[in-house]
Amino acid sequence: MKKEQQLDLYYQMVVIRRAEERGAELYQAGKIGGFMHLYIGQEAVSTGLIAAREPRDRVITAYRDHGVAINCGISTKEMMAELLGKATGVSKGKGGSMHMASTEHNFWGGHAIVGGHLPVAAGLAIGDQYAENDNVTICMFGDGATNIGYFHEALNIAKTWGLRVLWVCENNQYGMGTSVERASAVSDIRQKADGYGMKSAEVDGMDVMKVYEASKEAIAYVRKNSEPYFLEINTYRFRGHSMGDPERYRKAEEVKKWQQEDPIGIFNKYLLDKKIATKKQLDEIEARAEQEVNEAVEFAENSPEPAMEELFTNVYVDGN
Amino acid sequence: MAKITMREAISQALMEEMDRDPAVFIMGEEVGVWGGTYAVTKGFYDKYGPKRVKDTPIAENAIIGGAIGAAMVGQRPIAELMTINFAFSAMDYIVNQAAKLHYMFGGQFTLPMVIRAVGGGGRQLGATHSQTPDSVFAHFPGLKVVSPGTPEDAKGLLKSAIRSNDPILFIEHATMYQVRGEVPEGEYTIPIGKSKVQRTGKDLTIVTYCKGLELSMKAAEELSKEGIEAEIVDLRTLRPLDMEPVLESFKKTNRAIVVEEGWKSYGVGSEIVSRIYEEAFDYIDAPIIRVAQKEVPLPYNRTLEQAALPQVADIISAAKEVLR
Repeated sequence: MKKEQQLDLYYQMVVIRRAEERGAELYQAGKIGGFMHLYIGQEAVSTGLIAAREPRDRVITAYRDHGVAINCGISTKEMMAELLGKATGVSKGKGGSMHMASTEHNFWGGHAIVGGHLPVAAGLAIGDQYAENDNVTICMFGDGATNIGYFHEALNIAKTWGLRVLWVCENNQYGMGTSVERASAVSDIRQKADGYGMKSAEVDGMDVMKVYEASKEAIAYVRKNSEPYFLEINTYRFRGHSMGDPERYRKAEEVKKWQQEDPIGIFNKYLLDKKIATKKQLDEIEARAEQEVNEAVEFAENSPEPAMEELFTNVYVDGN
Repeated sequence: MAKITMREAISQALMEEMDRDPAVFIMGEEVGVWGGTYAVTKGFYDKYGPKRVKDTPIAENAIIGGAIGAAMVGQRPIAELMTINFAFSAMDYIVNQAAKLHYMFGGQFTLPMVIRAVGGGGRQLGATHSQTPDSVFAHFPGLKVVSPGTPEDAKGLLKSAIRSNDPILFIEHATMYQVRGEVPEGEYTIPIGKSKVQRTGKDLTIVTYCKGLELSMKAAEELSKEGIEAEIVDLRTLRPLDMEPVLESFKKTNRAIVVEEGWKSYGVGSEIVSRIYEEAFDYIDAPIIRVAQKEVPLPYNRTLEQAALPQVADIISAAKEVLR
């Protein structure tokens, strides 16, 4: 990967981190409603993964979607405005934290029913197969989603029909407060792909470059062989499941241990050690990211509420 | 005008639209090699091949979820549920996804898709395979629900549904595939969301749709012999609901019954009666009666099953009741 792109990935990761830290503050201040699930700790996953796609490859994910949105190219302003439910939000303030999407950026959401978007991902690939192109659909989901029926129907049809889907399990060790071991018949989640005759791999999700390399290979495999592939990316969320998580299910020491593996810290060290950037350069990138987030918050706060007519738009396309 | 069966009408609509638009394809259980469990897609597999007539695994979430995804990226899938009873397995996709994705993402996604499903009782299939849960689906904004009662309407409405850019649940009745009716020659469509007066009369209004139309037409013939002329308004689309012809008829007759095959509680009749109360209260001359299914899971035994389903005799007696 070129130096400029590596520095851009670093920038994206810092933007996501700062944007979510500010998001948490705005949530506490009552400016963001509903559920909000932070990606803090998992930034290397979507950053490395999405950097490996071609623009024509589609991305679809679950409700922990702020980082994915930014990696796909949605502006931090539109992301932040959606969190605040403003008219300028990427989903016009109608979706909120869990429902961001941008067809322009080939990002198909932000879906809040656990596992619910997996058959839809298969469907995106059915559409592409029907159109006879070689687009790959990248479908991200958590470890918890691998225990629900939707997962199994989706993997089965993907393999049976030769759909170009890269299934990406972001294993952050917990489905809400229930650990993988307490919820899944196999703790090594990629084993589930074996049941569908699907090739799989596992990668350290705290290292953005490793994620990138593994994703690049996986996407190439899917495109070339016209069949799905299963990538398990191991990671950890530093914050609670959502903003209202009492975190009774894990010990502070465990969180602390993982936090020493901070994906931004690891990448920072990598860039310095490999002499890709100087500390000064990285500090500048961080300052620029901070600035972008500040501007996004200002934009979101100053944006108008959706017009009352918006209540009744987009129910149907052809009128009601 | 040619006289054809409901099955032929639906089959013709599918074929004409597939010939017209290459983005249209069919996916579902046994739609291809088998020819459709109700033989609606017989011959399609040979004509269009496996790409456009896709046999799916028995996996309703993958069928409806898959159709949603394909529609989102610009295809026009027709997903077939072998029976509407299996829609419950795919409930999330119908009410939580298809009905919401356009709105929830600020209009970015459109879902030009049709879900064809066969419903209805009367074939001794037992409680889980005999339901008429139409009102359940009509409850959800974002979804359109169409359920025709004649071959002419079935063909014209299905063609419109396939051309529509909204997700549409198209409900057929398992006992009506052999019903014959006049169908216009050549190309025609019928707009979604328009009720229709299927029989004119001055004494009372019967509001109904799908199987209820067949029963109500028979009841109206019997009533006519006794000098009672019923006007029958066929809803054809349950959502969006077109009340205009209903209210117009009611303002003329001042008396109405509602006939549906589903259960009475929280049903289509409940909605129609409420709307008449809200929108035509001053015209009511008698309490409005609902004729519907008895409040039980449908039994297997033929006699018991028929006792639970609304019958022509029930409609006749309800009509006489509101005219008393």
